[in-house]
Amino acid sequence: MFKTFAIAASVATIGFATIAEAQTPRRGGTFRYTAGYGSSFAGMDIHTSNRAQDEIWARAIHRTLYNWDSDANKPVPELVASSTVSPDGLVHTLKLRDDAFFHHGRKLSADDVIWTFNRIMDGSKSYPGARYVRVIKGAVDVEKGQAKEISGLRKIDDSTLEMTLTEKVDPAFSFMFFVTAIYPADEAAKESFATKPIGLGPFKFVEYVPGSRLVAERWEKFYKPGMPYADRVVISIMGEAAARDVAFRNKEIDASILGPVQYVAYQADPNLSKGMLEVAEVFTRHMGMNLSYKPFTDKRVRQAINHAIDTDLIIRRLVRNKAVRATSWLPTSSPAYDESLKPYAFDPEKAKKLLAEAGYPNGFEFEWTASPNESWGIPIAEAVIPMLERVGIKAKIKPVEATVLAENMRKGDFQAFLYSSQSGPDPLTALKCYHSATPVSACNYVGFKNAEVDKLLDDAAATDDAAKRLANLKKVNAIIQDEAPIWFFNYNKAVMAYQPWVHGLQANSTELAYQDYEKVWIDETSPVK
Amino acid sequence: MLSFLVRRVLQTIPIVLAVAFLIFVLFSVIPGTFASSLSDDGRSIMDPAVVERMTKELGLNDPVAVRFGRYVLQLAQLDLGTSFRTRQPVTQVLAERTGPTLQLCFAAMAFAIIIGVPLGFIAALKPGGMVDTISMVTAVSGLSVPKFWLGLILMYLFALKLGWLPSFGYGGDPRYLVLPAVALGVAPLALLARTTRAAVLEIMNADFVRTARSKGMSEGRVVRWHLARNALVIVLTTVGLQFGSVIGQAVVVEKLFSWPGLGSLLVDSVTLRDIPVVQGAILLIVLFFLFTNTIVDVLCALIDPRIKYS
Repeated sequence: MFKTFAIAASVATIGFATIAEAQTPRRGGTFRYTAGYGSSFAGMDIHTSNRAQDEIWARAIHRTLYNWDSDANKPVPELVASSTVSPDGLVHTLKLRDDAFFHHGRKLSADDVIWTFNRIMDGSKSYPGARYVRVIKGAVDVEKGQAKEISGLRKIDDSTLEMTLTEKVDPAFSFMFFVTAIYPADEAAKESFATKPIGLGPFKFVEYVPGSRLVAERWEKFYKPGMPYADRVVISIMGEAAARDVAFRNKEIDASILGPVQYVAYQADPNLSKGMLEVAEVFTRHMGMNLSYKPFTDKRVRQAINHAIDTDLIIRRLVRNKAVRATSWLPTSSPAYDESLKPYAFDPEKAKKLLAEAGYPNGFEFEWTASPNESWGIPIAEAVIPMLERVGIKAKIKPVEATVLAENMRKGDFQAFLYSSQSGPDPLTALKCYHSATPVSACNYVGFKNAEVDKLLDDAAATDDAAKRLANLKKVNAIIQDEAPIWFFNYNKAVMAYQPWVHGLQANSTELAYQDYEKVWIDETSPVK
Repeated sequence: MLSFLVRRVLQTIPIVLAVAFLIFVLFSVIPGTFASSLSDDGRSIMDPAVVERMTKELGLNDPVAVRFGRYVLQLAQLDLGTSFRTRQPVTQVLAERTGPTLQLCFAAMAFAIIIGVPLGFIAALKPGGMVDTISMVTAVSGLSVPKFWLGLILMYLFALKLGWLPSFGYGGDPRYLVLPAVALGVAPLALLARTTRAAVLEIMNADFVRTARSKGMSEGRVVRWHLARNALVIVLTTVGLQFGSVIGQAVVVEKLFSWPGLGSLLVDSVTLRDIPVVQGAILLIVLFFLFTNTIVDVLCALIDPRIKYS
């Protein structure tokens, strides 16, 4: 298993992940980071937002039971010091860290975890984290208002907690997301908490200027020895890529996520190209086909579409190589990624033959719902349409906003769509989107149904044999490739530019913008003293 | 005067109601909801049960008539509702963002007035001269240039190349204000320069100016007492209208310079379908517009006694 993770990690980290790690980290300085996925944060209560933009700030202030280890490419215990699991795999006994202190000075206790999870399951609210906490026995009862407390959570002592799950899953994959960050039970109920958050993270809150920045300073009682290295972290909200580019070149910010246009420019620059961190993220860009729409009901039609599109050309010319060619659903950073799978070859003649066999020798027409996104939206669809026309398929773009696209997908209101979906980090969770029991409104947007896939997924979920589980998941991934319910476009290659004085950034495949700030250090050449 | 102000305030009520109704109808018919916006970044999957609960909690399943009734009732109590996203009262969300926008708009208008009005005046005094030609070409260019592009050019030149000013930021250091204010102020500057020039030229040829000159009044007095005073009414009207539109145009500049004002809030709120905030922000912008126009009307009447409060 370890070997698999190690291989996956090495595949995930494409570029220059080992940034001067041999140097001794320096304490002090300010890390000036950016949140580039919008013009504001939802607020200072991370339980209310599952957007990547908000997790960027939350990682400075808060902590979760588990965390993603970018080097190992897997979730690892964070607030959990150790754990044991019952033979049936359902009861987890979690020993919490005894050196974790909230920013108001109180030690973390099992009560805080119980209070936090009960809050998230409050049926009168709609906290996105309920999706993850629901795996605990009795959580649904709290959600429905039939119980006040989650029965599957039991405090053994101040630092020990028993967690009973409803199914045999790794809780690490559920409780590594910051929508489940642990709050201090005594403080979080107060109204002031929504504006002045208190967490267990490496930095304590100093100020939040809505729409502008969040400032946090080192928490001296943070539980990792010697960390955090930086004195302060300033997270500026900068939604415009062009503005981030100027600010970065002007040395006003220390690190910034790059878009395709900047990626090419930075690669071509001899100085800027030295400070680029790249990783294949767990997002699969694809064209989803509605499997209840007549031409797409036929596997040969779907395969024909995959053969008709010169995917490599689009990745090269339009996405500027800021992507990895997709072979199936699971991305290269997934432990169940199968390197032996080869992508669909660009073969228009084969596409025509498949269409003829399916009864569409003259092709057909369909409506393609897409948003304006430059990497997985209308610009891509416009490049694909002439390729499809060469084999007789006429596609008409239905342009919509990203919000409308998400809504249409949830309702199954489309013939085809172009989107980027989360396809990791847990391969089982990612592939469950293709289980027939998963509703369209969850993530089985195309309405995929395959008895063999269902059985393999059920067996993978039930087994204790890690190797068998991995083998099952690889089989499912291969079946999905063959069934081709989607056009396999690419896995996002995320790129971050960083200044020469920044060290310790992590190639996080779950989202490159998510950094463990405590590991980042700033050397003495930084212009901010 | 008092009756004029009361009348103007009463006139704003149907306008505000009409705007409120239009915004409500618009955002009731456009597709997409707050719940679906939470997964629109292609990075998050929303749990169907949470989406359902969220929709219920926010009252989005209620019939349009019920929602509109609730909205009007809240509005009558000066309550703009609660933000779907931040779960704070909309008034609080808007209060946090109004200051920066006003700061930016006042700075942009000050820049426009200080440069635009004298420029138009000087150009009009010697029409067809070099100053006139250069200033009018600049004015036309200023009106035509897209703000986003201009902002980027300013950033590139004054931050990156010359290193004189920061490219983004807010608070404390007044230098943060310079580039966004210039980017926002160039268009009103150009319009003010052109309007002033046209107004002064028109007045220069008026009978009362010719009479004043023929009676031997010095050129300085003609300019001060007749040209400037009469042109000021037109200039003031333009300033008032421009102040209102600058608040609306701040959207692009605020987003580019990461300025935490109403504009960037509005963009985010529309994208995320945070309807109460969108409704509140648009209403606030409309109220600003009405308020500045009332002030301008009062000032015009004070400057020119021929204008009645009617």
